[in-house]
Amino acid sequence: MSTHTLAVEAATIGYDERVVVHEMTLEVPAGRITTIVGANACGKSTLLRAMARLLKVKAGRVLLDGRAIDQIPSREVATVLGLLPQTPVSPEGIAVADLVGRGRYPHQGWFRRWTAQDDAAVEEALRATDILDLADRPVDELSGGQRQRVWIAMALAQQTDVLLLDEPTTFLDVAHQVEVLDLLTDLNRRRGTTIVMVLHDLNLAARYTDHLVALREGRLVAQGAPRDVVTPALVEEVFGMTARVIDDPVSGTPLVVPVGRHHATNPQVETHDLAG
Amino acid sequence: MTAALVPVAPETPAPGARVATGRRARSRRRRTVLAVLVAALLVVLVVTLCVGERSYSPLQVLRVLTGETVPGASFNIETIRLPRMLSGLLVGLGFGMGGVVFQTMLRNPLASPDIIGVSAGSSAAAVVAITAFGMSGTALSLVAVAAGVAVAGAIYALSWRRGVQGARLVLIGIAVGSMLDSVIAYAMTRAGVYDAAEALRWLTGSLNSAFWAGLGPLAAAMAVLLPTLLALSRRLSALQLGDDSASSLGVRPDRSRLALLLVAVAVVAVATAAAGPIAFVAFLSGPIAHRLVRGTGSLLVPSALVGALLVLVGDLVGQHLLVARFPVGVVTGVLGAPYLLWLLARTNRSGGSL
Repeated sequence: MSTHTLAVEAATIGYDERVVVHEMTLEVPAGRITTIVGANACGKSTLLRAMARLLKVKAGRVLLDGRAIDQIPSREVATVLGLLPQTPVSPEGIAVADLVGRGRYPHQGWFRRWTAQDDAAVEEALRATDILDLADRPVDELSGGQRQRVWIAMALAQQTDVLLLDEPTTFLDVAHQVEVLDLLTDLNRRRGTTIVMVLHDLNLAARYTDHLVALREGRLVAQGAPRDVVTPALVEEVFGMTARVIDDPVSGTPLVVPVGRHHATNPQVETHDLAG
Repeated sequence: MTAALVPVAPETPAPGARVATGRRARSRRRRTVLAVLVAALLVVLVVTLCVGERSYSPLQVLRVLTGETVPGASFNIETIRLPRMLSGLLVGLGFGMGGVVFQTMLRNPLASPDIIGVSAGSSAAAVVAITAFGMSGTALSLVAVAAGVAVAGAIYALSWRRGVQGARLVLIGIAVGSMLDSVIAYAMTRAGVYDAAEALRWLTGSLNSAFWAGLGPLAAAMAVLLPTLLALSRRLSALQLGDDSASSLGVRPDRSRLALLLVAVAVVAVATAAAGPIAFVAFLSGPIAHRLVRGTGSLLVPSALVGALLVLVGDLVGQHLLVARFPVGVVTGVLGAPYLLWLLARTNRSGGSL
């Protein structure tokens, strides 16, 4: 299991003059799945970018294993912490296995070039994402869902104990969204990889998360197990939306049902009564 | 799910074997392409030494190269053709490798230094230095190299808006390039006849002034710059995945980009200082190399080889195959212009992104 720790300490984060996240303090539980949720522009991606060292904090610190992350050499960070960015770019004509192989970069160097160990890591990543059959196909020819698996495989090939993902399910239909989240859960359970991700869909987040972090306007509103955190009051506060929270009939996790202005034929329905 | 279609191996293969097979096949293909390019280049190098107003057999050429004095051949080959061949080779390697670094980093085939005004910067400075200050020789070359680097810096700074985006840099580069063209045109109208003839070399690109004297500095510069670019090529391949992915792999995007740009600009400026802006070589080499090795790894070496082939074959054609003698830049210009048109047309159709 991952023994690396990732924490944010009184961090103020933003772009140029604009502050997006205010004095955030957060500890990521090691070996668990943490999801950051919130309305658009609440600073969830910004927070993740700072944790991935893509953004410098204006004040406070991001700590990896207790050390300020911007004091650690880039190469060293890259062996511990992997990232799936929102919009990665694939070079024209590159084969799936070669792109996934780029994830081995931090493990190579001037005198250590490609080895059998790298081949094994790439193959394992392709197996885990179930795209070994596509290994020699050009990435350009794949569908969106397959391509997302390729990027996840690249992050897996990096073999880091901590994996950050910025909206790994965007552009995917619901079946592929569930597939990706199942895959991440496998990874977490089998290898003990610490996973931190940003998700849009609160219900999927509630199902697939150990530790939910809810933000509003760059501030922490609540954190904890979804069962303890997701309440109508929280949904109201974070998304500004009236909703019922019931038990997900499949997983038993909280399920948010928006009320909205139309179609609410049974607005009085009570919560926690659909489990049976 | 499609496992039934895949022949089952009799025993469990070693971990990674499946991936290794495909990777080896691709690297075999790549090595084959590289070997063919090197072989073609060698043939062209020999032909360059053999063919001319007086042609010699490869055997005679070999005798001259090994130090023998062959009456009637030694002077032609040693003093005229050999330096011409070597500078064509070095300049072509430089344009090819420098150009593809630009195109790869900015993810835009139009972002080649000869399209975005870097070469024009060297040319303009050289023409002004010749016509207004009567400069020549090493000083002139240094001015041209410095101007190329400075213009590249200016284009980079002008297109900076929280990072540099390929398409914006291309547009700004084209604008800067046409400004520099008018500087050149102005300087030429003020120039005397002799100065104008010397300046013209800086505008078309030609190997006509390639003698031993200029070869030393050119070779020395390339011997430093080209290996430096190769050493940076792994960073380039990380940057290709986007800045965020590059940082997550432990590569600092801004620093790496700056280092790559500086060295690539220097390569192109040095090549321009040696032979003028041989039209479209930097622009064409990368895309041709990409077609040839198609997704099997770094384009730096294949593109350098293609660049050298373009320059040397272009020079051979310009010198011997046409009714009159043309500088190599005219020949490569004829090749490159249609490709530029095609690219622009394609860009237009697909709504601006390449």
